[in-house]
Formats: sequence, structure tokens, C-alpha cells
Amino acid sequence: MSAQPALLKYPDSLALPSEQPSPRGAEILIHALVDEGVDSIFGYPGGAVLHIYDELWRVRDRITHYLVRHEQGAVHMAEGYARVSGRVGVALVTSGPGATNAITGLANAYMDSTPIVVITGQVPLRLIGTDAFQEVDTVGITRPCVKHNYLVRDVCDLAAVVHEAFHLARTGRPGPVVIDIPKDVSAAQASYSRLDHIRFPISERLPYPDRRTLSCAASEILKAERPVMYVGGGIVNSGASAELLALAEHLQLPVTPTLMGLGGFPSAHSLSLGMLGMHGTYAANMAVAESDLLIAVGVRFDDRVTGKLATFAPHARVIHIDIDPANVGKNRMPDVSLIADARQALKALREEISARDHTEIVRSIAQRSQWWDQLRHWQREQPLRFSGSRDQIKPQHVIRELHRLTGGEAIIASDVGQHQMWAAQFYPFKHERQWITSGGLGAMGFGVPAAIGAQLAYRDRLVIAVVGDGGFQMTNQELATAVQYELPIKVVIMNNGYLGMVRQWQEMFHERTYSEVDLSVAPDFVKLAEAYGAFARRASRPEELTEVLEAGLEHNGVSVIDVVIEKEENVFPIVPAGASSRDMIFQSEGV
Amino acid sequence: MVSDQPGELSRIVGLFSARGFNIETISVGATLDPQWARVTIVTRGDERTIDQIVKQCARLARVRDVQDVTTRPHIEREMALITVNAEAGLLRQEVLNLVGIFRAKVVDISHSQIVVEASGNKEKVETFIEMLKPIGIHEITRTGRIAIGRLSNLEAAPAADEDQAFAVGMN
Repeated sequence: MSAQPALLKYPDSLALPSEQPSPRGAEILIHALVDEGVDSIFGYPGGAVLHIYDELWRVRDRITHYLVRHEQGAVHMAEGYARVSGRVGVALVTSGPGATNAITGLANAYMDSTPIVVITGQVPLRLIGTDAFQEVDTVGITRPCVKHNYLVRDVCDLAAVVHEAFHLARTGRPGPVVIDIPKDVSAAQASYSRLDHIRFPISERLPYPDRRTLSCAASEILKAERPVMYVGGGIVNSGASAELLALAEHLQLPVTPTLMGLGGFPSAHSLSLGMLGMHGTYAANMAVAESDLLIAVGVRFDDRVTGKLATFAPHARVIHIDIDPANVGKNRMPDVSLIADARQALKALREEISARDHTEIVRSIAQRSQWWDQLRHWQREQPLRFSGSRDQIKPQHVIRELHRLTGGEAIIASDVGQHQMWAAQFYPFKHERQWITSGGLGAMGFGVPAAIGAQLAYRDRLVIAVVGDGGFQMTNQELATAVQYELPIKVVIMNNGYLGMVRQWQEMFHERTYSEVDLSVAPDFVKLAEAYGAFARRASRPEELTEVLEAGLEHNGVSVIDVVIEKEENVFPIVPAGASSRDMIFQSEGV
Repeated sequence: MVSDQPGELSRIVGLFSARGFNIETISVGATLDPQWARVTIVTRGDERTIDQIVKQCARLARVRDVQDVTTRPHIEREMALITVNAEAGLLRQEVLNLVGIFRAKVVDISHSQIVVEASGNKEKVETFIEMLKPIGIHEITRTGRIAIGRLSNLEAAPAADEDQAFAVGMN
């Protein structure tokens, strides 16, 4: 069991000509990053990464470093960048506290399968294990929340490690990879030249879906009377939305996306039932409950989707398509499983179905007309709705207005809480990679930095961070980063002076014990934003809302819009945690 | 035992604790190829849990192959080193008798104690330990179980219990 296998070693045959001085580790790192196509790094310097920052300064015309204000912000920015662009996001932090501050972002990227590479400094090799200043066992504490991590002990391994890290981050089920580089390794000399081909110790293990399984899945779909497509983040990660649309339209299949799958199928499409799960639509959850076939693509049967597993799609046979074999059979045993990239699998499935007898397809669509009648009935019975108000701004209305004013084309980055659910429910997304949110980890503070990262990927697009007053106060310091680098994000604060989602649970499930959720003592967000050099406005009355939103959205630079919303508005519908979708609640008691 | 390569083994052990799987025994050793070591883990669980364990181990970037050994005919062994009371006389005779019956070996001796080496399947080693207990055991070191596939299916013996042994190849 050798810790650093020989095949990771940089091949000598590719070494630079000997007359050139050997580059230092830091230089090799930067070369390797450039070769991986990196042009932006989010980071925060410190003692253990000084050599790397030396080098970054020298190559500042090729790689732009964005100085964040907290390492959590750096990783969330890298995630935001990766999520909208599909490229690997990169963050650079120092040892010890730099690395520990990055953990939330790593865990978030791991849960939501986001490809990022985080480079951490480490104390010099000879000091490792001595409780040195700013020493922490980074590889140890990040291990459970990364796809893989490396402690680079030999500068000769560095280039190959970087290339392998990028490969791991973006292939298969994407995820975060950490490269921990001791200070003396970044100072040590070695040779570098670009690797054209890396021999990875582990070959990709993704089999192309075999004919028999495809044929089996196709038959299941064609004979189903009450099918539902349940689609998630895997659609977005594999760029499968066009294939999904084609298959759904070809067979007239109803589609319900998860929180992570929003945008993977156009929300306003007639085949869309809206989001499913805890705060999903009545139609979507009823459809799943009554379905006879669940076509699950790029999903992991998360508890926020399924509620009580025993009552989730109890009558349905399940086709599960996922790139991660461990997701299949983890929570629900499928009847047919395809371990494959979602786009490839959907394409192959559509081709398989197209090859069938046309009459079979016509008959298949025809036999589902009753199902569609039922689905339409559920949609009419309990559409997403909210009561209006003359004196108070309704949060759902804020999202609707944002949708109207942006033509549905904005990139929306959300934080975590009630506003996240309202954004998911009331902003019909058109495209994949238009919606970025912290789904699996539910990390408050994600919204603002993620929006900054997204804005960097697309400087000319409108990027809006929809946040609550709680989450905003966790990472609002990154407004300085946005202002410094002229990344003109728009921040819409849904301000109810509460930790709203916790308050809602306390109201509904803890006899209104509003324990420690009052955030009414908060800074004046308009003044705060102005102090950072951003444009800011506040809307407190319904009649002010549109004008204030317009002013904020039209501003050229960073803007913050503080929207004072109804304090005790709840997110409905809600399936209580661990309950079955039939226990859905649609409104507050006594209303 | 694995101090020169703590990183990869701790990934596997960490995965077991993080996902709530139990490790009954674990054993690590070199293979013919110096890049790869074999980790043999004995764990318990229903079919679904075992399926998850295999899949989750296989997700690790440095794991080459994961096999549920118990799905195939295989041989399991473990070894124990036991320091037991053996004053000269009847007591020592009794210990030596047991050593003979269990085909164990005496590997060290003093005036009052001997160290015996026993190997075999779990039942044999445990029965041996039970037999020695009344005599007075001072210390036991056990290796944990290792396993290897049988050469022929003809000698297949059904798994006696739910124990599952895994061979995880990794470098």
C-alpha cells in the first residue's frame, strides 16, 4: 500500500530542457492550473501560501485572483462559478483557519455534486504533526466532505496531482477535491511540462447502458399508465435538459424536478408539474403518490423529496438512472437501474423507444389520457397560491415581480430558508444552470458569494441573489468583493426580521415557541450596503415594490434591495418532515 | 500496522463510521503488486446494507476493486497469539494438550507462562480461547480475519452466519 503510487510521478521523459532553471512548486502549480484552463481563482492569502501568492502576482495577466473577505465566501464563489458555467471552480486558502473556514463550502459542494478544486496551504513538511502555528490536519478534516483529497509531500508529484484533481472533480458524479500543499513543497524545485495524458490509477468505471436494460426501461415506460419523470441535479450536471425535453415531449410524460433539478426542465412547460417534495406542488406530490412508474433521473431519493419512504410512490415501479452506483438502491430499490450519465442514458432511451413500432408509441400516449385528466385536475384543485395584502409586501409577490421584470431570464442564486422555497416555487426557470442554491447541505450564507461567482462566469448577465435577512448577515462582507471587482450582482433581501423557516416550524410543530428566531435587531441594510459602496434601496409598502426593484435591477453596479416582507408568512404547501405527501398542509390553522 | 500509509486506510475506516456501518475486524496487507494493498473487513448487515458498503467503498478514488467475499466459496482464517498460565506440571500439560488438539503452536515459554499461536477459522480460534480461559489467559492479540477465494467451487460451504468479509484493493 504505497501512499504515493509511482504512476502518479511526473514522467522524466517530459521534463523541461535542462538549461532552464527548474521552476518552484508554486510555479508548477500555476502552470498546471493554466493548462487546466483556469483563469480565475477566489482566495485569501496567509503564511503557508505565500510562495503561491508570489507566483500569482507574477502571472496576474493570465490568472485573475479575486480577494474575498472570508474563506467560506471563496469556496461558495467557486461553487457559484462552477454551477452556472459547468467548469471547475477554484479556491485558494491558507493552512489552519483558512482551511477550516473553507469546510462549509466543501461540504456544500460535496452534497450538491459541484466540481471545485480547493487548494490549501499547509505548514512545512518538517512541522507537520507538531501542532505548528496555523497547522490543522486538512486532509483529515476534509476527508468526509470531499470526493478526494491530497497532501502533496513531493514537489515532483504536484503537477500530476493537480491534473488528476481536476479530472476527478469534473468526471463521474462531480464534486470537490482538496490539494493540500506544504509551504516547503511550494518552494521546492522540480520540472514541469504539460501532460497530454495522465494514466489514472483508477479508470473510469462508467459502463454505457446496455441494450437489454434500455429495452427493459423502454418497455416499462411504454406500458405505464401513470408514469412520472422525477428529475434532479444530475440533469443539470450532465447537460441533459434538451434530451429530457425531447423524451418527455415524444411520449407526453409529466415531469417533476427536484430543488436541484429546477431549470433542467422548463417550469412553464405544459408537461411540468412543478417541483416535488416537502414544499413541492400538490399536483407533483399527488402524481408521485399515485404513479405506477417513476422514471428517476439524476436524483438520490433525498428525504426532503420522499418524506416517509414507505409511502413514497408506493404503487410505482422505479427506473433509476444515475451516474453514481451508490445512489441506486440506497433509499429505494429500483426495478430497472441504469448507471450512466443522464444525457447519454436519456438519448439512448429515446433512440430505443423511437426504434419501436410507431403504433406502440401512439397507444402508449393514448392510454395515458385519463392520467393527464387527473393531473390537470390536481393542478386546478390546489395550484401554488398566496393571499394578497394591501399593507404588507408578500414574499411570493416579490418573486413574481422579479420574474416579470427580468423576463424570466435572470440567474438566481438563493440562500437557504423560506425565501429559497418561494423563489423555487414562484420563479419559473427556463434554462438549466439558471438556478443555484444550496440544496443538500442547506448552508445559509451561500447566496451572496454564489451570485458573485456566477456573475464572474457571465459578466454580461443579470445575476440576482435572493436571500433572507438571516443568511445575508452570514456572508454580507462579500459585498466588498463584489464592489472591488465590479461584479454587479443584485441582492434582494427578503427581510422579515426572523429566521423565517425555523419560526415557521416552531409555529407549526412546536406550539408557536418562537425560541431564538427574532432577528429584528439588525443593521440598516440600506446603510450597510451603502457603506460597502453599493447602491441600495428599501421597499416597505406594496406600492413601493415595483419601483424599488426596478431601480435596483437597472443600477449598473452592485445593488442591494431590502424588501420588508410580511413577518409571519409561511411557505405552503408543506409536507411535514418524515410524513407522507398525503399529509400535505396548505394553509395555517385558523386562517 | 499501517502507519506508513495512514491516508487511504483512514478513508475506508472513516467511511464506515460516517455512514453508520460497523467494522468487526479489519486487516491490511501487501499484495504481489507493491502499489496495491488488500484490506479485509468483516462487517454485518442485511443485503441492502452490504450492497451500500460495497458501493460506497467503490466510490473512493483510490479503491480499485471491492468484493463481497461471502458471495463466493472462500477460505477464512485468523490468527491469535495468546499468553496463558502454564506453571510446570499438570497445568502446563493441559495447555500443551489443548495446543495439540487445536493444532496450535508454542512460540515462547517462561517458568510460569507460555505463548501459543493459533490459527484457523473464527469458530476454531474462539473455541480454543474458550478452552484456555479457565486456565488463565493474560493477553490476547488477534489479527482479524483474512479471506481468499477457493480454487474450486466443489468445496463450497455455505456461509455459517451473516458475517461479510470484503477485500478492498487499494493503493
